[in-house]
Amino acid sequence: MTAAAAPSELPDTSSEVPTRPNRKALMIKTVLCVVGAVVLIQMPLLMDRSTTQRLTQVLAIAVAVLGLNLLTGFNGQISVGHSAFMGIGAYATAIMMARHESPFILTMMVAMVVAFAVGVVVGLPALRIRGVYLALVTLALAAMFPQLVVRFSGLTGGSTGITLEDTQQVTTPQPVNDLFKSLTGSRLLDNQYRYYLALVVAVVCFVLVRNLVKSRVGRALIAIRDNETPAEVLGVNVGAYKVATFGVSAMLAAIGGSLFVMNADQAVPSEFGIQVSIELLTAVVVGGVATFVGPAVGALALVYVSDLFPKEHPEYAPVLFGLTLIVLMIISPGGIVGLAKQGWARLVRSRSA
Amino acid sequence: MMVTALLAEEVSALTNFLQYTFLGLQKGAVYATIALALVIIFRVSGILNFAQGEMATFSTFITWAIWGDGRVPIWAALALSLVVSFALGASIERLVIRPVSKKAAGNPLPIVIATIGLYLAFSALAPAIWGTDAKRFPTLFGEGSLSLAGASISYQTLGTLAVLAVVVGLLFVLFQKTKIGLAMRGVASNAESASLVGVSVGSVLMLGWALSSAMGCMAGALTANVGLNGALMIAPLIYAFAAATLGGFDSPAGAVVGGLIVGLVAEYSADYLAEVPFTTITFIGEQLRIFPAFLLILVVLLVRPQGLFGKPQVTRV
Repeated sequence: MTAAAAPSELPDTSSEVPTRPNRKALMIKTVLCVVGAVVLIQMPLLMDRSTTQRLTQVLAIAVAVLGLNLLTGFNGQISVGHSAFMGIGAYATAIMMARHESPFILTMMVAMVVAFAVGVVVGLPALRIRGVYLALVTLALAAMFPQLVVRFSGLTGGSTGITLEDTQQVTTPQPVNDLFKSLTGSRLLDNQYRYYLALVVAVVCFVLVRNLVKSRVGRALIAIRDNETPAEVLGVNVGAYKVATFGVSAMLAAIGGSLFVMNADQAVPSEFGIQVSIELLTAVVVGGVATFVGPAVGALALVYVSDLFPKEHPEYAPVLFGLTLIVLMIISPGGIVGLAKQGWARLVRSRSA
Repeated sequence: MMVTALLAEEVSALTNFLQYTFLGLQKGAVYATIALALVIIFRVSGILNFAQGEMATFSTFITWAIWGDGRVPIWAALALSLVVSFALGASIERLVIRPVSKKAAGNPLPIVIATIGLYLAFSALAPAIWGTDAKRFPTLFGEGSLSLAGASISYQTLGTLAVLAVVVGLLFVLFQKTKIGLAMRGVASNAESASLVGVSVGSVLMLGWALSSAMGCMAGALTANVGLNGALMIAPLIYAFAAATLGGFDSPAGAVVGGLIVGLVAEYSADYLAEVPFTTITFIGEQLRIFPAFLLILVVLLVRPQGLFGKPQVTRV
């Protein structure tokens, strides 16, 4: 009886039985989407600089969590090594921008290619190794990444990391600024531009992952998660799908790392250690495993959770955080989205009754 | 002249080898104890306890607090602390793990997150209560050492290995010779069938967590003489995790063998092989001490995905 062999009963979003079209539910969903979009777009224009930066950080982490959710939530492979993939993205961007003054988008693409390749290599053992045993292989990756960074300090700047100079940072391009000025009459600040850049990248990633999971490929991934043997019998190429999912998941984590560096203007090895892997996994579950908005909610919770606890005794904050996690898991194993879904079901039922 | 020089070199190489072997075995015994604790919980419940190390650190702080810099004899303090840790482990199972498992209905992730919650809580609790400075902790078996072929083997090393042997012996008797042990093995092989023949699965799980917690307390006391702080068990937990994986997560014997192998490989590769010419592992150096152990495990897992002593997983459709 192992964790991996047990058929998982994750909250299933992909195979919801189509019920009678509920027009009210559809209407509420549309309204929510519109309101959400307006809020996301207006946010940096209404908030101060530090809040905008923090929100950009949420977007960066959300993309990384999205990647882990694809792997763990939809494909059933637990990874404790995604901090390393995030770190690969972060360092690809930091090194190329600081040493070669490459444009950010180019660095992100390089990060994606490198992380995909490393992800596939790390995913290869997953063909034979499962569950907790696979978790160890990924844990090894997470433990080694900061040490490798320090070992190759000539390239990576060692334990102090790489800081982007003013001239190397991502700033609002002139044409974008002109366009924005002609529309609104004010300048688009650098931190606002970065937010929108991260938002566009994040939205693209979320939509692509959603489409992927809703497709034939997604059904194959979920079949593999639920039970590999029948999936194989039904003609799913289990090995190829598992390895490819690992690669894509690593690629998304690397995009998150790239965005993170774009926002923070620096890459430090200690920010991509095991701790971060654990935080990403926590964000996946706190948001809602195998859901589409879960990663965003989880990332938001991860960045803002420290604000919830009293400031007088900061040393007790992790204790409260730990207890909050436990209580949340007791109330709702489906995370915050699971909690919201319970509420939603109640709402729709009472309305349509 | 030449011959004696060569001979001397050979002798010193042997001495070095023995020295690192002893050091590796001592560290390995601690990893093995933590790995055994992980394996016991995993066998009865299929749960990987990420909080094992931090719970052990917290228990060690309790031992330290009772000891009070010599106010109470250290062995008495340890005995009391073992009892406290035993109770702590049982209550964690009852108050945290059981409600979460009940709600999670077979999905392992919420339980993993609950143990991460425990990890966070315990890792912050000890420094919050007792401060972040390193605490002085006595060496359980004294500072002396024996001399063997030029290498010295400390009483602490011998004691640590003896403790491991005693723990393994007690566990063997418990699992194989007692009715409680039979119940535990029953739950490990099939919880549902065990409960149908009248085994109280809940009590077995509580006992598993209690035993693991007490073993963590023991392991902590064996290592804390290097200086007790909140980070005491972070590295040992990773090594123990590696050890349990190497040995097979469902095999107590595997945990012990795995722990000793991981301890030895980590010592040899970082210290011993670094001094032997033509073994270019110097590249790995101090920083990547864990790397050879991980590499070994990867190779073993590729050949035997269930670890050295683990049972192969059989999946039914």
